[in-house]
Amino acid sequence: MIAVQLFAQDQGSTISDSLYASGKIYVVVACIVLILLGLLFFLFSIEKRLKKLEKNSPDKN
Amino acid sequence: MYKNWWKILGAILVVYSTIWGFLSAVPALPILHESIRNLYFHVPMWFGMIVLFSISVFYSVKYLSSNDPEHDIKAVESINVGVVYGVLGIVTGAIWARFTWGQAWSFDVKQNFAAIALLLYFAYLVLRNAIDEEQKRAKISAIYNIFAFPIMVVLLFVLPRLADSLHPGNGGNPGFNAYDLDSRMRMVFYPACLGWILIGCWIYNVRFRVRKLEKNNTI
Repeated sequence: MIAVQLFAQDQGSTISDSLYASGKIYVVVACIVLILLGLLFFLFSIEKRLKKLEKNSPDKN
Repeated sequence: MYKNWWKILGAILVVYSTIWGFLSAVPALPILHESIRNLYFHVPMWFGMIVLFSISVFYSVKYLSSNDPEHDIKAVESINVGVVYGVLGIVTGAIWARFTWGQAWSFDVKQNFAAIALLLYFAYLVLRNAIDEEQKRAKISAIYNIFAFPIMVVLLFVLPRLADSLHPGNGGNPGFNAYDLDSRMRMVFYPACLGWILIGCWIYNVRFRVRKLEKNNTI
């Protein structure tokens, strides 16, 4: 029974294999990295909008 | 006009240190166990706060010699971001303490003085809002800020060392460096510190530019 389950997992992709590894810490890492990337992307997009505003502002500095 | 490489560097370092903060090997320590990984997240908050407060003092001194309102805005915005870092540092410290020292707030000298240091900067922000006249506000808060900085340094790094503390590096309790911050941890810890400092400076930079735009549009 256990062997069958293990075998079933082997058929997944390498990504889902590593996500099932022992303590499943990679799942946490994936979530946190996604959140971090999302926030950083957000910061970059604020930066971009700010630059546009600075360009249009009457006082160039 | 604005050079962006350091923002990208900060983003890369923070993502790098987060991934390796979870996946790298750490020394097996009693009590701490895996929570030693908090070192990569809790400590950079404090280092970031100190860097931001240093920037603020630098611009407060500059304000007093130049009377340029732009320097005043720089000083207050770096404190705004530094205070957020400090609050995150004290809360993550409390969470860590809950599971290693037994209590979230055990009235440890390090915790108490860290809280007082933060209150010092809350007082700075309140003081600013209490003064209506712009030049007076800038001048008084610049002087307050210059005095608050050395007091904050003493509260965080001198007084806790003179008393018994559970916090590493204080009260006869050696810092992590002394026995177990091995080279594997350094490879994550130093990039984490630099990365979070850069991200803090970036947020400060954005806030400063927003304030400047607001000012230009209202006048």
